[in-house]
Amino acid sequence: MSLQEKTRGRRDAIGVGVALLNKLARSRAIDRFGLRKPAERAVFEATKTGFRTAGALSRRFSAATKLTGLSEPSRLPAAKGTGRFDLTPTEDQQMMVDVVRSFASDVLRPAAAAADTRCATEAKVLESSAELGLSLIEVPEQLGGIVTERSAMTGVLVAEALAYGDMGQAVACLAPSAVSTAISLWGDETQQATYLPAFTGQTVPAAALALVEPRPVFDPFVLRTRYTGGLLNGVKSLVPRGAEAELFVIGAQTDAGPRLFVVEADHPGVVIEAEPSMGLRAASLSRVILTDVPAVPLGSVDDYAECVRLSRLGWCALALGTARAVLDYVTPYVNSREAFGEPISHRQSVAFMVANIGIELEGMKLVTYRAGSRAAQGLSFAREAALARRLCTEKGMQIGTDGVQLLGGHGFVKEHPVERWYRDLRAIGVMEGAVLV
Amino acid sequence: MINLETPRKFRAFVNQAHQVAAEMLRPNSRRYDLAEHEYPVELDMLAAMVDGLGASGTGSGAGASGVRRSASDSASGDEVVNGSNLSSVLSIMEMCWGDVGLLLSMPRQGLGNSAIASVASEEQLRRFDGVWAAMAITEPDCGSDSANIQTTAWLDGDDYVLNGEKIFVTAGGRCDAVVVWATLDKTLGRAAIKSFVVMKDTPGMTVERLENKLGIRASDTATIRFENCRVPRENLLGTADIDQGFAGVMQTFDNTRPLVAAMAVGCARASLELTRDLLAEAGVHVDYDRAVHLQPAAAATYLAMEADWEAAYLLTLQAAWMADNARPNSLQASMAKAKAGRTANDITLRCVELTGSLGYSEHELLEKWSRDSKILDIFEGTQQIQQLIVARRLLGKTSAELK
Repeated sequence: MSLQEKTRGRRDAIGVGVALLNKLARSRAIDRFGLRKPAERAVFEATKTGFRTAGALSRRFSAATKLTGLSEPSRLPAAKGTGRFDLTPTEDQQMMVDVVRSFASDVLRPAAAAADTRCATEAKVLESSAELGLSLIEVPEQLGGIVTERSAMTGVLVAEALAYGDMGQAVACLAPSAVSTAISLWGDETQQATYLPAFTGQTVPAAALALVEPRPVFDPFVLRTRYTGGLLNGVKSLVPRGAEAELFVIGAQTDAGPRLFVVEADHPGVVIEAEPSMGLRAASLSRVILTDVPAVPLGSVDDYAECVRLSRLGWCALALGTARAVLDYVTPYVNSREAFGEPISHRQSVAFMVANIGIELEGMKLVTYRAGSRAAQGLSFAREAALARRLCTEKGMQIGTDGVQLLGGHGFVKEHPVERWYRDLRAIGVMEGAVLV
Repeated sequence: MINLETPRKFRAFVNQAHQVAAEMLRPNSRRYDLAEHEYPVELDMLAAMVDGLGASGTGSGAGASGVRRSASDSASGDEVVNGSNLSSVLSIMEMCWGDVGLLLSMPRQGLGNSAIASVASEEQLRRFDGVWAAMAITEPDCGSDSANIQTTAWLDGDDYVLNGEKIFVTAGGRCDAVVVWATLDKTLGRAAIKSFVVMKDTPGMTVERLENKLGIRASDTATIRFENCRVPRENLLGTADIDQGFAGVMQTFDNTRPLVAAMAVGCARASLELTRDLLAEAGVHVDYDRAVHLQPAAAATYLAMEADWEAAYLLTLQAAWMADNARPNSLQASMAKAKAGRTANDITLRCVELTGSLGYSEHELLEKWSRDSKILDIFEGTQQIQQLIVARRLLGKTSAELK
């Protein structure tokens, strides 16, 4: 008996009748139109439920010769502050954001609905996102990246700009850079030399940072995936592009606490299961099932905590972009939609909802920026990241649901993107890992 | 470069304000809450000290008077400025962590001083230097619709003659002067509304009574009547030109709303800090890393409150920072006031709930702060007015379209 059946309680005679009728009605409705087979196939194709596969065939990761000369890992220094309160991005950041912003509006937004339906981001979208250098943002110049100091703030701005186009595809595009960032920040010299060249080369491999486990009130600081005797065992949930990933960074419990581990995907103990979810469908979410998979630790217990925080910041940044998309979409809508002989925006009940979206979004943004800026400057940011997560989870979802509400019935149908943003924004607060700034 | 920390150059100054709040305002908080309308004599000495700091240049903008947007203050070239608007909100946050009512009673730091600083000519600025000015806008039949005020000012020779009644004048009993909103011609609507500095000893001006209030009881709230009160015409702030319109007087709000938001941020922080200590004594600790839903409900509530507080705090700094850098900030000022006002009220009330009888009784100041905070979501533009302003800006609507 399933959990649902158990909690439904005992059926009485009428209940049994209704249940039978329900089944009958369902099958007739389908049969009448001769749709049974196509319908089933459509469901299967659209969601890819039931697919179960081995980990993607991996390229050979081997320490690149030009980097093996390094006797210690390369680390990015903290960004140097000016001591002034300032909300202006640096010139470099602005340039990067401008490029990403046009990518988001020219490429991601138009492709969003189709990617959502297909449960996948198109290969050419992923390729062009790699060309933008998304996986280089946190990799030191010395290792083939583009930065010379910590750039969590840049990461926040980039994720925000991408999610303005589409959160699902943004997650798909950012997934590999979460891995390159983790290895750059916490990898030892051998790990950096072995894995980073692939991410700074021509074809960036699919890769994913997997922390979430499938259970209620999941806490990333108490993991059931365990590391014992050099082997990982456990299940990871909501892993972006899991089926294609050649490399995973996985959180697992050790006796000393949770840590990160590097896992190459082509081990027979790695099994990937599709896990289509409410939203973020373009990110091809999957479960990753690990059975006696050899793994190498990446960084310390403290580094793991930092990873969780930076990843939460990444999700906050994504929330900012999508919430801004909601505001920019509902504004012209409520101005042009008329009821009772005037635009509905002339009513305070409508106008105040828009005002509150604006107010809370601005607050979310500043709190997230403060955390990102502190991280980049090497200041403690556990508090600020936690507050940003709280705020973006709560207000982000409120903005998502208000976005649909403001469009009324039109918001509920897929002709408008607000229902997708609603589904995507529910991920904030649920997701851990997957992206990193 | 994006950085939202307290500017390095203000840190010593902010610490100074904090010391004043902790050693002077807090210890007197309960006393003047209980003894409403009693003059807080401690403040005279404090005000002298603040004046001294201002004169020595170390304490730019210790209070409400530091909001003038002079050319030298504003951004010249590419350099980002951290000026007196920012230092004012930072210092007000600290002082209101001490006591909102006492901050509002600080001599020479009234909201009228902000109005003077915002719109006065250089000559007026000199003439009213050192004057403690209150602000008189609200009337018995006119609150949020401040364009509808009934107090009149008609020119007679070299004087304006004022007639009308003003209520809810903060520091109206104790101040040296009142900045009064009055209309030059009722038939011309909002464009004819001007502000006048009326000195306390002017014949025809009477302080009728002081209110008994829910909170900020250390601060006096007066009703002032004007009967054929003659004010020299050079006391009209800004221009007498009616074409210049309502914008002139409204401009004050862009500068004062962040200040009131700062009061709310300071008051709410006081509640949060004490509540956190009391919760810790009771064995409830807030963990920033652990999943929020695995923490005690009180800790989870605390986290949610602190997150809202952080947003209010940073929105306030943003609005002030924009003013310092000569960027239009009406939208951000109203956003800050809306968020800070409702957040402070919510936080202070929930802190009482969380701390139970400790919070509700007069043993602690938590119950007082939750009485004080209510006005912060009302004066200088209610929550609803702020939302209206934000909505109009975002939707591109006029006040005729979105009422």
